[in-house]
Order: sequence, then structure tokens, then C-alpha cells
Amino acid sequence: MPTAIINNQPLELKPGEQLNCIQAAQRIGYEIPSYCWHPALSVVASCRMCLVEVGDTKPDGTVVMQPKLVPGCQTPVKEGTVVIANSEKVKAAQKATLEYLLLNHPLDCPTCDQAGECFLQDYSYKYGRGYSRLQEPKNIKPDKDHIGANITLFTDRCIMCTRCVRFTREVSGTSELQVVSRGSAEQIDIFPGMPCDNKLAGNVVDLCPVGALCSKDFLYQQRVWWLKTTKSVCPNCSTGCSVDVDQNEDQLYRLTPRSNPISQGDFMCDEGRFGWKYIHSDERLTFPARRKNGEVRTRDWDDIIPSLQKALAKAVAKAPEKCAAVFSPWMTVEEAFMLAAYLRGLSPKVKLALGPVKTVGEDDTYPKDFYGKPIEPVKFTIRAEKAPNRRGVEMVLNHFGGSATTLGDLAADGAAGKLEAIYLVGGDPAGWLEPHQAAGLSKAALVILQDFLPSAISDRADFLLTGGSFAERDGSFVNYKGLAQEIGRAIRGPDGTRPDGRILWDLTGRKGLFNPAAIRKEMAEKIPAFAAFKQGALGEFGVLLNEHGAPEAHVVAKT
Amino acid sequence: MPSFEPVLLARIAKPNSAKLETYRADGGYKALEKALGMPPADVTNMVKDSVLRGRGGAGFPAGLKWTFLPKDHPGPIYLCVNADESEPGTFNNRILMELDPHQLIEGIAIACHAIKSEKAFLYLRYEYGRSYRVLDAAIKECYAAGLLGKNILGKEFNLDIVLHRGAAAYICGEETGLIESLEGKRAWPRIKPPFPAIEGLFRKPTIVNNVETLCCVTHILNRGSEWFKSIGVPPDPNNPRDMGSYGPKLYCISGHVNKPGCVELPLGVTARELIDEHAGGVWKGRKAKAVVPGGISMGFLSADELDTPLDFNGPGKAGCLGLGTAAVVVVDDQTSMVDVLYNCCRFMSHESCGQCTPCREGTAWMTKILERIRAGHGKMEDLDTLTEVAGSMGIIPGTTICGLSDGAAWPVKNAIKKFRGDFEEYIASGRRSVTSAQELMAGAH
Repeated sequence: MPTAIINNQPLELKPGEQLNCIQAAQRIGYEIPSYCWHPALSVVASCRMCLVEVGDTKPDGTVVMQPKLVPGCQTPVKEGTVVIANSEKVKAAQKATLEYLLLNHPLDCPTCDQAGECFLQDYSYKYGRGYSRLQEPKNIKPDKDHIGANITLFTDRCIMCTRCVRFTREVSGTSELQVVSRGSAEQIDIFPGMPCDNKLAGNVVDLCPVGALCSKDFLYQQRVWWLKTTKSVCPNCSTGCSVDVDQNEDQLYRLTPRSNPISQGDFMCDEGRFGWKYIHSDERLTFPARRKNGEVRTRDWDDIIPSLQKALAKAVAKAPEKCAAVFSPWMTVEEAFMLAAYLRGLSPKVKLALGPVKTVGEDDTYPKDFYGKPIEPVKFTIRAEKAPNRRGVEMVLNHFGGSATTLGDLAADGAAGKLEAIYLVGGDPAGWLEPHQAAGLSKAALVILQDFLPSAISDRADFLLTGGSFAERDGSFVNYKGLAQEIGRAIRGPDGTRPDGRILWDLTGRKGLFNPAAIRKEMAEKIPAFAAFKQGALGEFGVLLNEHGAPEAHVVAKT
Repeated sequence: MPSFEPVLLARIAKPNSAKLETYRADGGYKALEKALGMPPADVTNMVKDSVLRGRGGAGFPAGLKWTFLPKDHPGPIYLCVNADESEPGTFNNRILMELDPHQLIEGIAIACHAIKSEKAFLYLRYEYGRSYRVLDAAIKECYAAGLLGKNILGKEFNLDIVLHRGAAAYICGEETGLIESLEGKRAWPRIKPPFPAIEGLFRKPTIVNNVETLCCVTHILNRGSEWFKSIGVPPDPNNPRDMGSYGPKLYCISGHVNKPGCVELPLGVTARELIDEHAGGVWKGRKAKAVVPGGISMGFLSADELDTPLDFNGPGKAGCLGLGTAAVVVVDDQTSMVDVLYNCCRFMSHESCGQCTPCREGTAWMTKILERIRAGHGKMEDLDTLTEVAGSMGIIPGTTICGLSDGAAWPVKNAIKKFRGDFEEYIASGRRSVTSAQELMAGAH
């Protein structure tokens, strides 16, 4: 096995693996500071923060070091490479580079959005000097609010790492951002009238290692140290980007992409990034209901769950073939499994159907050329299927022999008086039910609705179960290629709502608190397609179901 | 020293020296004919044997550079001619291009034959309008006479020369900056490896040579490598890495001298000889305080070091960065080094491409410090700060991609080391070269 030496520690290299010094040092748990390098972008080696000493082991075993410092991002680590990243010489270079970077950087951390997650702060603290020797006035450059609809540029905070410029050239391909001027006068800018408004534009805010590019949506909303982060998955399309959900006191503030090499990579689209506002909508269904003849009888969960159990059992006993459930592609697999198993437990004749799966246009791939034509190789895809878990719910329904019926057919059955009971699961914030379907379905003797936003049938349901958005639930989604990832409960929903998993846990008569891992273990035993769930936990990057096992752990890329 | 018969400048005083007919009447394009009769490898070897070192500043052996191209490459291979002559004090390429363009075109053709290139890009500094017109006319003459285009001189050799006018940036003279600029991008020097000989212009193998280097190639073909090695300075036996400084060199002399100009001399002439014998001495009967050996980025020779031979080895021994472009700038003893250094720093700060942090910020910082000293607010510790900043930027400590920051740092290091008294006296006496904030601002750019 080829071996390199990093800071006097041996590092075994896997065959065929190409690592630079920064990545190699990560393997031994040492961080080489860097700004311009990013694993998903080309190497420019211009910030000069990652300078290290590098040498080679000669065949006779002696080590010959290069006389000069070299950028770690640009230097490959091979058999016999010796990297020293913690010597006095390296530290002196880091200190000098940081002094340069801070020379014209305003010290406005108290009002800067990035403060608390700023690499300039962190590295200054770790490697820099405590004061600036600049006695002259700092360069002042104009702020640029016009740089994009969702992004703003604090020009004088910029350290010219050009990550944002490379992102728009290499990943989105749209090339809106560029460097203008020269030397210490240079700035990031756009062509007049051509703002950075592509569908991936929000990523430049995450890529910016300092507070230069900020999100207008998040600007001045929260100090980042108040935010609590939960690992989750973006539900807005079947790509299933791994995300971090940042909240404080049950208020969501932002979604940021979480690097996942087996899911989407390092980025996410703006549809997902800003598409969670419905969570805090005033329209939310905030209390459950049991209705009789259209009148609310109770809004008490402790009454509703036992009543529902009785009502369902009665309806199934009366005419099981006239009982049906519509599953939503926004359900987690655990919820789908609990509901399907429960209803089929009442009677194998109950119909199970998958509800409408919204698609919009075609899959949208990036990079694109100037004229918007996609370019190979594809680096990011926004999928046409605007639901997070169509695949996972389908897998569950397949196991239970879900019938070929659809929401439309069931609505027709309802209109024809052929429905005894219908259990509807909503959850699509963009709407999932047509008014004429609602009219048909509401003719069923027993209408049960589990949803969190109002729909055409939410006022007519005999049982209204107020669930939660993806940020309020635990469980897992299966994306377009069969990658199951956990979503985490980041916030509590409004009073009177319960996470859907908990509703179903109680409805299906399970004891104790909702435990998604226990459900997954149960699924692994009962459904061969979910055998990969046997550990219960799905890990940081999720589990590919079609490979029957967890993929090899990848190095977490630093962003 | 016996009088030296100019080679490169032999024709410049003749009438119509830029015309093809006069060039051919003087035996022009014979070297190309000779080269085309030889296999390309032999031409490369001939240039390699002559130990022709690049005239652009770094002094890398041209023939050796040509051998770095990948063997049996299917092509295309490109030649870039670096005519972005921007080092302050340097104007020898301009004379060659304006007064004897065919000598250059012949050199380009020979080099292209040697490296099996069919396309050469001549990257011309924007400010050289006359050079552009002369070269443009000369290239057209060559196409008309069958010296460029297909089947040149009846041989299986095709060559096109693209004359490209830059947009006036110093950094385009850096070879990879030049390549990026030619590709239509911002002239940010590339990280190496890969070197241009492996992956250069349009990601193809590329050789970048200076105008004067290619002009020398013409004469090496004409007269042989032994002739070339009979001129100049042999290797220093005490320095195994020195390969000698052979051949004629154009020295540009400017600054405080009576007769500034460009002279052709064998490599190895001393600064004192140049000033006294070829430039009519320092003006106004004064003495030289400092001499720039080869463009401001090389640093300064002090008055005691004027006997330093200006070959590829000499200035380095005197603590300068190197010979550079052999553009000698003389500073007389009435001039403050603070002002001289300020000008150097201001230029480098203005021309820094801004890619690498130390150069972008360091050049501007040093300029700001010198601006403050010149405004009468200097402190003694500023000199240490300047030295430290200059010491932490450049390829030599390894903190930048290209050599611009070395060139920016070297004059600072040299000036403060060799002329510290000047600076201390300036600061202690409370002198100021600018008198008001307005003037300070006006002087900034």
C-alpha cells in the first residue's frame, strides 16, 4: 500500500486515489487552512493560505524537501510524499497571508452575517496576529446590492478567493460573476443588467468563505451562533439534496446544502433553498378535528385517535373492498409502512394507492452554456419530479400489493357512492387535490385526512389529522436513485399539530414514543427491498437501498 | 574592450531597414533557407549548443526550453512571441520590431521549424503602435513573397503569424499570463505544472520566446553556435549552475545620463562602462547613486557596485534579482531613494494582477507606506515593516504564482538594505516630497 507522510504521521493511500495535501491532511485529522480551494471547483492556488513544506522520499530512503513553500491544494500526495504543515516556516507564511487578507478587510464582524461561521475569523484566531500593522486608510469599495435577486455583495469584505466566480463558470455555467479591475482595486462584479439570478445562485453565498456574498433572505435575521442545526433532506424534488436545517426557537431561518458525495454533491438549488416558507404559513392546519355531520365535535387528540380506530375498524368490517387509502409521495417510508401495514392488518382487501406526484417540465441539468443549453458532464440536476419520496412510498406499496387505482378513480368511486372509507394523506405544499376530486371523495361515509395545509377537503373530513412539514418530522426519504436518507425533526410545529409519524404510531397502537429507527428495523425484517435498513440508523450520507448495504464512508468535504 | 560590431542592430541605421527588399539585399532569409534544409532536431541542437539564454528576463536557455516539448506530439504546437515589453526602462524589443522586423520574423520562422509549429502568435504590447504598423506591413510582405503561408521557400513548411495587440498590462509579459490573455481571458498567470511546453496556449504544447531571443536565433543559424559562444562571458567555474552568458545583448540605458539609448554589446559589460562610455556619463556632472541593472524589478546596484558585469550571473552576486531585461536606469546622487522606491512600488502595485494574496495586498501596502513617508509621516519602524513585507512575498519564498511579486519586493529589499541611510535621513529630517493631500492623491496613479 503506498504511504505518504503527513506531519510525521504515515498515511496509507488507496490505489487510484488522487489527494492533494489538504485532503491528505484531513485524513489524519489535521486541517490545512485554505480559502480558494474547494473540492467541487477547479484549483487556482491563489489565496496562498494552504502553503506547506513538501518533499519526496528518494529510493535510498532519504527525504529531499523542496526549498520553497508550495500550495497544498495544488500539490498531489503520492507514494513517498512528505508534507509538513505545522512547521514554524509554514506558520510564518500563514501569519503573513492572514495579515494581508485582513489588511483591507473591514472589522465589522459585529454587523456581519458571516460572523461565527467565518473562515477569516477562525483562521485569524488560530493562525493570525492579534493586530494589524496597517496605519493607512483601508480600501473602501462600494457594496453591490444589485448583484442578484437573492444575493448581495459587501465588496470590501471580499478576499478575492474567486470561488463564486468559478462556481458560476464551472457548475452553473452561467458565468454571471467576474473579477473586474486589477491588484488591490479588484472586485467581484456582474455585467450591467445581467445579475446572478440562475437557479443555483444561492450557492455562492455558502461558497463565500467570508461575509462578502450574503443571502438577502437571511440577511440580519439571526446571529449564526443562535442557530441550531439539524441534518435533513430537501423535499422539493426527487434529487433529495442533503441539507442542514438551521432554526432557532422553532423558527426556521435557512436551509444550506450539506455535502454528500452519494447524493447531490456540495450544492443545492434556490427552489429548495428558499422553498420552505410554507412551513410558517398562517394557513397551517393547527388543530385536529373529529366532525359529525360537518360539525366539529372535538379537537382533542386523546379522543380523536381511539375514535378513528373504532370508525376505521367499523368501516372495514362493513365493506373492506370499499375502503381505500391514498398515500402521498411526501410521506416518509416509515409513515407509509405504518399506515399500509395497519390498514392491511384490518383487511387485506383495503385498497392502497399512491397520490398525485407533481412533475414540472423536464429535469434541469447544470452546467449550461451562455444560451442555456446543458453541457456535459452534468454537475447538478434539479429534477422535474417535485416530491421527495415517490420511490420510497412506491416500494412500500409494492410490498403490500398496492392496487393500480388512483386518486382520480377513487374520486369517481366516491361520486358513485362506492366508497365506505377513504384515508387521504396530503403533505404537498403546492396542492394535491382538485376541487371535483374533493367533491367525489367527500361522499365517502368516512373521510380521514392527514395533512398540514388546507385543501379542498380539509373542511369536510370526518377526521382531520394535523401533521407536520418535513422540518417537523423524523423519518427517511428515498430519492430518485434509491438513496434513503434520514430527515430530522428540526422544529416543533404549531400547537395542535403532531408529527405524522407520531400520529400513525399512536393510531397503529404502538406503545411509547415514535421511534423511526425501530420502524426501519421492522421494515428490514419484513420487506426484502428495505433489507439495508437493518441497522436502524442510516448514517450521515444515507444508504443506497439497491446495494443492500451502506456505501463506503467518504471523506467529508470541507466547504 | 575592442570595439564590437553590432549584430542585432547592424541594419537599423540603414534607409528603409524595415522593408523586405533591403533585408533580402543584406542577405536576409538565408538563415531560414539554411534551417529549412536541416532536420528540426538539428536546428534545436544548434540553438542549444549556442547556450542562447532567454532575453526576456529569466535567462532560461532557449534551446533547452524547446526540448521540453513532448516528443512526437501530433500537434498543433504553438510559438508565442513575447513582445509585451513592459518592464520600465526597457525598449530594445521596440527598436528591433520597428527598425528590423524581418530579422524577428525570420527568427520566428526558424524557431517554428525547430519546434514543428505551424502557427506563431506575436503578442505585442498595446502601446507600441508603430511596432504594430511596421510588423503588420512586414508580415504582409512576407505572405506576398511566400515567406509565410503554405510551402515556404518551396519546402514542406507552413507558417502563419498572428499579430495580436495586447491591452496594456504588465502581467501579460509573464508567459502564462500572456497565454491566458491570448485565449481571451483575464491575464492571470497559471499555476505550474503543467508548464506551457506541455500544456500551454489552447491546452496545446507552447513555447514562449522573447523578441530579442528569436532575433539571436536568426544569427546563430547564419553564423553558427561557435560564433555565438565567442561573444560574451564563459561560465563561472565556481558556480556549477552557471552556463555562461554568451552572445550580444541590447542594453537600454536611461535615467540620469547624458545620452540615453539602446546599445548592443557583448554580455558582461559593466555598469560603469555602460554609463561612462556608452551613455555619456551621469548628467549635470553628478555621480550615480544607484543603478538599476535590468528593469526596476531587479533591484539596485549601489555606487560601489558599478563594476559588476552585467551578465546573467553578475547582478545576482551584488544582491540583485538578476540581469532581467538589461535595462539600466541610472539614479543620480541628488535624488532620494525614497522617491525612487515609491515609483517602483507604485508601478508594481498598479500592475499586480491581484490573483495571489501576498502580491495583491503587499504591493499596495508597501506603496501606502511609502506614500505616508513621502508625506512626512514616516517612522523608523516602517523600514522594518517594508523589509518584512517584501520578504514574505514572491516565488522565492514560494508565496505567489508568478514572479511579479519578486520583482515588486526586490527593489524594496535592495533599497532599504543598501540605502538605509537615505531612508533614515529622510524620515528623521521630516522631509516630504508631497506637500498636500491633493498632491498625494494626484501622485497615486
